Amino acid sequence: MSARRPALLDLDPAVTRRARSLARTAGKPVVDLARAHTTVSVERATLRLAGLAGADHEGTPWVNHLVDAVRAEVGLEHGVTTPVWDALRRGEAPDLLTLAQKASSGGVTFRLPEGRDLTAGRKAARTAVAKGIRAVDAQRRARERMIAKVGDAPRTPWIYLIVATGDIHEDIPQAQAAAREGADVIAVIRSTGQSLLDFVPEGATREGYAGTYATQENFRLMRAALDETSRELGRYVRLTNYASGLCMPEIAALAGLERLDMMLNDSMYGILFRDINPIRTFVDQRFSRQVHARAGIIINTGEDNYLTTADAVEAAHTVTVSQLLNEYFAKEAGLEDWQLGLGHAFEINPDVPDSFRMELAHALLARQLFPKAPLKWMPPTKHMTGDVFRGYLLDGFFNLVGAMTGQGILLVGMMTEAVVTPWLSDRDLALQNVRYVMDAAGGLTEDFHPPRDGFIQTRARQVLSEAVDLLDEIVADTATAGTDYPQPLLAAIADGTFGAMKRPPGKGKGLDGVVRKAEGYDNPATTLLEEGSTR
Amino acid sequence: MTAPAERGPLVRPYGDTTGDGMVQVSFTLPLPHDKRAEGAALQLAAKMGLSPALLVHAKAMGPDFTFFVVYGSVTHLVDLRDVHVVEREFPLLTPAEVNQAVRTHLKRKLVVVGACIGTDAHTVGIDAILNIKGFAGEKGLEYYRELKVVNLGAQVLVPELVASAREVGADAVLVSQVVTQKDAHIHNTTTMSAAFREAFPAGEVPLLVVGGPRFEEGSAGALGVDRVFGRGTTPGEVASYLVHELVASRTSPDPRGEQR
Repeated sequence: MSARRPALLDLDPAVTRRARSLARTAGKPVVDLARAHTTVSVERATLRLAGLAGADHEGTPWVNHLVDAVRAEVGLEHGVTTPVWDALRRGEAPDLLTLAQKASSGGVTFRLPEGRDLTAGRKAARTAVAKGIRAVDAQRRARERMIAKVGDAPRTPWIYLIVATGDIHEDIPQAQAAAREGADVIAVIRSTGQSLLDFVPEGATREGYAGTYATQENFRLMRAALDETSRELGRYVRLTNYASGLCMPEIAALAGLERLDMMLNDSMYGILFRDINPIRTFVDQRFSRQVHARAGIIINTGEDNYLTTADAVEAAHTVTVSQLLNEYFAKEAGLEDWQLGLGHAFEINPDVPDSFRMELAHALLARQLFPKAPLKWMPPTKHMTGDVFRGYLLDGFFNLVGAMTGQGILLVGMMTEAVVTPWLSDRDLALQNVRYVMDAAGGLTEDFHPPRDGFIQTRARQVLSEAVDLLDEIVADTATAGTDYPQPLLAAIADGTFGAMKRPPGKGKGLDGVVRKAEGYDNPATTLLEEGSTR
Repeated sequence: MTAPAERGPLVRPYGDTTGDGMVQVSFTLPLPHDKRAEGAALQLAAKMGLSPALLVHAKAMGPDFTFFVVYGSVTHLVDLRDVHVVEREFPLLTPAEVNQAVRTHLKRKLVVVGACIGTDAHTVGIDAILNIKGFAGEKGLEYYRELKVVNLGAQVLVPELVASAREVGADAVLVSQVVTQKDAHIHNTTTMSAAFREAFPAGEVPLLVVGGPRFEEGSAGALGVDRVFGRGTTPGEVASYLVHELVASRTSPDPRGEQR
């Protein structure tokens, strides 16, 4: 990111400090809640890190079988690993896979060991899970080595392109072609509905619906193909997927193991837009972010989605609030500034007067509030119609805002958005659009300095102050004090504060997969991630 | 609606002069960009009825593809007497119009219960219609302020569905069947409709709507349901249909009958 003058917007440092401190006040009780619980997916992710992979002939993964079996017999309150490695030590099966297979037909007795057995079981579990953590570390080093060897993306913003055929073997040549055309980041969109599957599909998949399933094998195949293309092009091409939905922790673990580089991972997206239970989401999210932090993965948050359901001018401050919350949750989980691809989008109705100036103000606000984060700048979708010519112009203005405000990651807009999945020619034209704007106006970051107290500065300050007001309101809301879920942020989510969706903490999908931790809960993955240790 | 000066019955596209027939097209051919590729583009244009065709732009897109923009006069005529428009039986409404119709005529929220029944675990279809995330750029029914949506999810048993519909006072029940074997979708649907007709007195059965790629259009009667939606149906179409059936027709004639 290029150096810029500090007072581009002249934000009051006291206000930005207050915004962050309110985000912490709102977020902290939710983190405490997350720490007090585990989920079936967190436990399955832990088993995946310990090397348990594969599925039965019906496609049900062995990690699901094993977690379900343990849960049925002794519960998950103490974590899945202690009873599992205790069973292995007792010789119930020679290895983890066989144990899972036997357990799937009810052939294993699990127990909660005590005393010396407990210590030994935990130790064995930690040794097994540590192997997976070291594999994640090795992938992070492999990425760093490869970037040092072949080179990095030549400039920011990184050009982010989406591939989504449903068939991994079609995706690969398309992704390679997109990289050759100039993409720095390839995102493989997931099949519609994967976020609501409570298991991760297995193997290379050839049929998805409006996207391709996220599976370990698909990750591996695509990363290998992009490694080849990176060497050919002399720049490292990054791969993105989605750590969201009911299997967020498992997908994060697989991404770390298969060296994905960026993951979509929003703190509230699943709650608001997929009706996933809030507690489930916050527990899963914390674990997945800890894995991402360790794996050196850049997360992308989903604030753009709010603007597709709410008005981009009226709700501009909810984007800021969500960015602040995402930042708090991310840092608490160990992510660093360079890993925070906080999202925002160009979604103001182009018929609104001064829409471009407001877009500039909003984009600059995000840039100034999070100076060290890469920021992910998302193209117009809501106001894209079948008029591809107008859409092309709108995308050009979107690119211009990206260039003028120094965004880190730019998702390339397609003029055929809402018409067809991008054609080869759509992608080529879109990249020409980006290249023209970057070459012609990229240097404007040097010249562009909105006048003091002018329209842009005033608008940015207004949005920030509305964001602070909203956070204030969230934190001050004590209506749920004394109930099962006294956390004010959960009350705000239940009230429809974000994206106009009401999501109470006791409802939503995946709630039955949430378990309150007992006193003796143990999860070697969490321990290794929090300690930063390798053994 | 009749325009003051009805054109036709024969019309041609209009560039800048009446009758010039000018159109523009763009397309990609899987050929490297060279003279032969340009010739191929012109041949295609001629076969599309562009004569004369003017190749105004050709650009290589990677080593194996070329993108073309062609302008030309089409030799085809459009005969308006042969234009037949199949009308949807209900007008397509925006979310705001749906909300307003419910607010004005129903004067309470319209309650929709959705589910995947049988062994089908694929909630793709029902979620595309109900979840706020929506489908094809349209928000799902949850987004509509005047609709109360209860999404029961996958593998819902028919008695459960009936009980839920009764409990929340469903105006409409939406059932999705995506992956089916041996016509399970038909069996499930007829079981479902029979159960509803048995459980509710005549005239009080909620509107029964099924959707999925395997259903045949026009099979609603045989299945005992009110409407079948096929592949590619968007939330807006479903919402508009619900308004048409439950709000507009039960109160007064649809005031927007003329609207497209």
